[in-house]
Amino acid sequence: MDWGPIIISLKTAVTAIFITFFLGVFTAKAVVGMKHAKAKMIIDGILTLPLVLPPTVAGFILLLIFGIKRPLGSFLFEVFGVKIVFTWTATVIAAVAVSFPLMYRSARGAFEQVDENLVYAARTLGLSEKKIFWRIILPLALPGVASGAVLAFARGLGEFGATAMLAGNIAGETRTLPMAIYSAVAAGNMAEASGYVLIIMILSFLVVVLMNYSAHKNKAPWKGEGFY
Amino acid sequence: MTLQVSIQKNVKSFSLNVEFETSGGCTGILGASGCGKSMTLKCIAGIEKPDKGRIVLNGRVLFDSDEKVNLPPQQRKVGYLFQDYALFPNMTVAKNIAAALRLPKKDKEKKVGEMVKFFHLEGLEGSFPGQLSGGQQQRVALARIMAYEPDVLMLDEPFSALDTYLKEQLQMQVRSVLKTYHGDVLLVTHDRDEVYRFCDKVLVMDKGSIVNIGHTKDVFRRPDNVISARLSGCKNISKAKKISDYKVLALDWGIILQTANPITEDVRYIGIRAHDLKPVNAPKASAVNVFRCVLVELVEGPFEVDIILSGSGERDIPAENTLWCKVGKDEWKMRLEERVPQYLSVSPEDIMLLRA
Repeated sequence: MDWGPIIISLKTAVTAIFITFFLGVFTAKAVVGMKHAKAKMIIDGILTLPLVLPPTVAGFILLLIFGIKRPLGSFLFEVFGVKIVFTWTATVIAAVAVSFPLMYRSARGAFEQVDENLVYAARTLGLSEKKIFWRIILPLALPGVASGAVLAFARGLGEFGATAMLAGNIAGETRTLPMAIYSAVAAGNMAEASGYVLIIMILSFLVVVLMNYSAHKNKAPWKGEGFY
Repeated sequence: MTLQVSIQKNVKSFSLNVEFETSGGCTGILGASGCGKSMTLKCIAGIEKPDKGRIVLNGRVLFDSDEKVNLPPQQRKVGYLFQDYALFPNMTVAKNIAAALRLPKKDKEKKVGEMVKFFHLEGLEGSFPGQLSGGQQQRVALARIMAYEPDVLMLDEPFSALDTYLKEQLQMQVRSVLKTYHGDVLLVTHDRDEVYRFCDKVLVMDKGSIVNIGHTKDVFRRPDNVISARLSGCKNISKAKKISDYKVLALDWGIILQTANPITEDVRYIGIRAHDLKPVNAPKASAVNVFRCVLVELVEGPFEVDIILSGSGERDIPAENTLWCKVGKDEWKMRLEERVPQYLSVSPEDIMLLRA
């Protein structure tokens, strides 16, 4: 069995979740802080779109953005000599694009769950908005944010449609595990496909168990039994 | 120490229109739930923004719609005690108290130590709010606010979520804290006892407006409108019709009563406190404001007996318009227990004349 797809997949998923995490958390923070209700709804809709669209459509849109003849793609190529489409970078971009809404929505939900009186109290006590976010909102929202990260990681690991559109299926470069499974089945090599399937199942399962375990172990001390 | 508030704000169910001024001491804001009491505090704290108006605290303009001033809550220096205390659940007691302090580490520790001592929180510094009792939580919340040295202290229904025993304990505790505090205090509540115990002055609010304002004792002794009378605990209120300058017909009870004060044209209701309604067994012929009644129900409390009565029919009191009278246990035991009273009397001075 070729280990290439496994390494590419892991590299992609880990890089993607790193980007998705921060992007998702900060976007969620910005959207929660928005005052205009209608604008908030529209922006939320746009940010959630990659989750509800078929991944091939997301891939198509990414092609429109990063294609070598498109404004951004040609700018990157001509100024920096960077080509995005059909490179490993494209697998990361595709994974980020489709996993972002999961991270963003979980983080947003978790932030909104934080009792707003705590925020008000903090404000009247003179705490800056920055401190309020880092010291109060984020710690209290952490369980929700973490479970969003797990979902986003799993989604990134399993990404197929947008990756196929933007990054293609180049062995040793953009062939991730789901791509390799597809290729193996297309070539009639069921044995190899089964191997990859088993690996991706084990990987996904491990991630979820690991997260559950750490969430259980690091149970916040303030969530202990109340006095009453 | 002065706080001047004049604000207008349209809220879903009513429009808030409040104007008052305090100068030291504790001012109560009394009103039914949803009347705009908490909204008023939130506007002062900067959590909510009024549509129009001006808020000035000790000469500092916190909000002025004409001059486009709207300080963020962080710069207002107001202490806001939330009903649920709003302690940060992820921080220890010590961290909660220190949250608002911007001092070098050493001074911070010293200040927290002082607060811990003053609020009897020794040994709990490392505990999380979730591990504390309700009373301890309130002490931590007060310590956190007092460490911040606010210019005004606002208490939002501080005792409403507590059972009676704890409530009385906490009231004592808060009273002793207020004694050491020199700024203005605003206490929002729907509980008349709290207002009477804590506040020198009171504002009575209804549907976003102030309906009565004055010294607590005056407002309780002589509420001049029906809402203040009800909120100050008056149990017997009837629609009224003026008959002559000192005679009024209580429409709900079908009786004519004499008053000590002249009845003005705008009197729409009269009120009689349950304590002022005296049961009598054998009235003298010369007595005024005595009327026959029949017993509906007796409710015995630990220290008082509530007697609920209705008219006997002879003077035409509709059966559903009951009268509520309270007598102390001692009096009840001494003279009333054996014989259910047949008459009620009220002295003309105790009839409150109320505007709508």
